Amino acid sequence: MRAESFDARVRQALYANRRWHPAEIGFWILAFAAYLLFPSHLLLLNEIAILALFALSLDLILGYAGIVSLGHAAFLGMGAYAAGLLAKHVTGDPFAGLACGMAAAGLVGLLTSPLVLRGSDLTRLMVTLGVALILYELANSFGSLTGGADGLQGVMMKPVLGQFEFDIFGRTAYLYSLSVLFLLFLIARRVVHSPVGLSLRAVRDNPLRASASGVPNGRRLAAAYTLAAAYAGAAGALLAQTTQFVSLDVLDFHRSADLMLVLIIGGAGYLYGGLIGAIAFKLLQDAIASFTPQYWMFWIGLFLVLFVLGGREIIHSAVKTVAGRFARLGRGGAR
Amino acid sequence: MSVALQTFDLCKSFGGITATDHVDFTLEKGARHALIGPNGAGKTTFVNQLTGVLKPSSGCITLMGEDITKLTREARVQRGLARTFQINQLFATMTPLEMVALVTSERLGRGSQPFRALDLDAELVEQTAEILTRFRLDDMMDRTIATLPYGKQRQIEIAAAFAARPTVLLLDEPAAGVPEAERRELMQTVAELPDDVSVLLIEHDMDLVFRFATRITVLVNGRVLAEGTPEEMARDPAVRAAYLGESTHV
Repeated sequence: MRAESFDARVRQALYANRRWHPAEIGFWILAFAAYLLFPSHLLLLNEIAILALFALSLDLILGYAGIVSLGHAAFLGMGAYAAGLLAKHVTGDPFAGLACGMAAAGLVGLLTSPLVLRGSDLTRLMVTLGVALILYELANSFGSLTGGADGLQGVMMKPVLGQFEFDIFGRTAYLYSLSVLFLLFLIARRVVHSPVGLSLRAVRDNPLRASASGVPNGRRLAAAYTLAAAYAGAAGALLAQTTQFVSLDVLDFHRSADLMLVLIIGGAGYLYGGLIGAIAFKLLQDAIASFTPQYWMFWIGLFLVLFVLGGREIIHSAVKTVAGRFARLGRGGAR
Repeated sequence: MSVALQTFDLCKSFGGITATDHVDFTLEKGARHALIGPNGAGKTTFVNQLTGVLKPSSGCITLMGEDITKLTREARVQRGLARTFQINQLFATMTPLEMVALVTSERLGRGSQPFRALDLDAELVEQTAEILTRFRLDDMMDRTIATLPYGKQRQIEIAAAFAARPTVLLLDEPAAGVPEAERRELMQTVAELPDDVSVLLIEHDMDLVFRFATRITVLVNGRVLAEGTPEEMARDPAVRAAYLGESTHV
């Protein structure tokens, strides 16, 4: 006979995966406190929040579903142009623009998912890259709509919730972007710990066994890809709204490549990788650019080579140690 | 007895090679049936067609009277046809708990629910716990599968297939490569499978076959060479010849 207590142990073990770690709570408190702590760096913080959301999107498909992409900028750009055009021609309401950007990018994700889901990793890299290149050239050639190489001018935003005007210091921008990031993060966190998230990990680990376990692999991956596209679209919309400008740069290859670097720095498959990677990448970029504005790419490149060759384990274990300390502190506090 | 799984005139060829050659096969409900044959006889090809990994060139397959020839792999699982693999196909980064919970959640139709928490699902928790206990995985449910001993991993193969609550369970060489010390437990697991599950065992190990099966089909060169009780098969000269390595089909 099975003891009741074993059911309880199973429930407890399943709960352990989605329980909030004290370090997570600390992370978000710090993120919001940064608004008060670094009032003169809010523009940079806003960029970090947007990049973090973009990286979270890539993590959803790379870390959880195992889909590699070198063309994630397609969705960032789609979201940015959709939100920018809506603000220019229809309404300047930020949430309408956000919804519009997510919907447009999600639709592109849904439509291109059949292309991406077949084939190996290499095929996927090429197809995602190709889709992004196509969108780039489309945006370039439909200049009457997108402004082409001059960019989309005249994006005017209304205040957030009718109250908070966007300002040149990035005060509203940061809180708005961070709130959107936080909200979408909560949803993503919920999804990855749900049956859907579990099945995505199954498909990533072993597609053959996943389908032999009753998982409709293709449909599940398409759903994940669409969700990730919508998230990238949200990042694009935030970018368009907080800078009130959209240029072809949002669709550029370097956006997709940088994103891959962000996720490599932070680590994929635990949701915080994109966020930590975004912070590290932007701070590094900012620090290097301030002492050598022309050659900062050189230093970034050097850093990446060293990082991938050996620094990664060192940094990640250091982060784990800190998180562990936090956990003990949290437990101590609870007592 | 009624029929659980049946194939009619099933054929599969790869280029010029015929791997499955007009196979008519019947698995009775509740059967303990073994499919044996020398290496390259087409046993795994046959199983792969039953489960939808390969598409047959011609012929058809029925499960509980329903034609499943054109169904996807996952649709067959949902209708009660589950399998294990000859070479472990596990979710290496998961724990046994997660793997069993995954199969259970798909069977309960939870798989498409993005906002449901696994631990708050009483049905899922209870049925997952039941499988873990039945297959003696309870004391190691929290460890990553990749770190478990090979015998345990074979055990998880069967547990994961069984968690789909199959009416027909295909065991593809469950004991392959399991060291002697861990073999007993595995064979006990196979012996303890409930009677209402029809089991087809694909096996090399004659010891296991004769202990387990009440009916045996011998496959040679993609064709059914003989079928009958274990005693009949042991006596059959053609079967003996095939196992002694003599060519019976030229």
